[in-house]
Amino acid sequence: MNFSDFIEVGAIRADLKALDKETVIEELVEALVQSGGIQPQDKMSIVEAVMKREELGSTGIGRGVAVPHTKHANVNRLIGTVGISRNGVEFASLDGEKVFIFFLLVSPPDRPTNHLRALESISRQLRDDTFCRFLKQSKTPEDILLLLEEADDDRKADKKS
Amino acid sequence: MWNRVVSREVTVVNPQGLHARPADAFARRASQFESVIDVVKQGQRVNGKSILDLLMLAAEEGTVLTIEARGGDAEDAIEALVSLMEQVNSYDESAKSSPNP
Repeated sequence: MNFSDFIEVGAIRADLKALDKETVIEELVEALVQSGGIQPQDKMSIVEAVMKREELGSTGIGRGVAVPHTKHANVNRLIGTVGISRNGVEFASLDGEKVFIFFLLVSPPDRPTNHLRALESISRQLRDDTFCRFLKQSKTPEDILLLLEEADDDRKADKKS
Repeated sequence: MWNRVVSREVTVVNPQGLHARPADAFARRASQFESVIDVVKQGQRVNGKSILDLLMLAAEEGTVLTIEARGGDAEDAIEALVSLMEQVNSYDESAKSSPNP
């Protein structure tokens, strides 16, 4: 799956302000509201559901990255966004480190395959140290978008060869 | 004994597939052993101690995975990981996270 299949371009954020877990999740969900990806009236129930999932175990998977996610009945396709925090957020990560890179995912309740494929695309890319470093250093949403597009292009080229 | 290789096949029966939480549980348990732990899906071989590696498999319901352990505690590792897979196969987030069940 390509990033362009699920990342809402209008919701990408290069300068997240939040310093704690709940606020950063709210900021990311708000970004999806602003891009039109989710309805304003669904915002709080999505934030709550994402927080509930975090209680089961942090999605801070190490390397300064977290993939907070949930299912929600009112989205009809997998949507997500990327946010970068300059100062880092305490996220109870598996490795105890602060999180700088966030991929937030919201999926329809009955489509586990797309969720797995999105996690695959994200984890594959995050194993690349250069990608992580460039992502962390991104100053604008355009920088981030460019990195995601390059990653998509590389994946397509790999498949052809 | 040191180069002992033990492997076992397991099937992912969780309708959600091997999503983030079971992958995390697997990587943590695997990391408690000295043995090298690989997980193989149709020729794709990844490090069983890394959650990023496990998520890269995108193992859906019905996928057959081979868990392979190499090292002094390979047998114990395989036992532990196969039994963990049976437990994580029942992890389901939908009941808890859906706002409109």
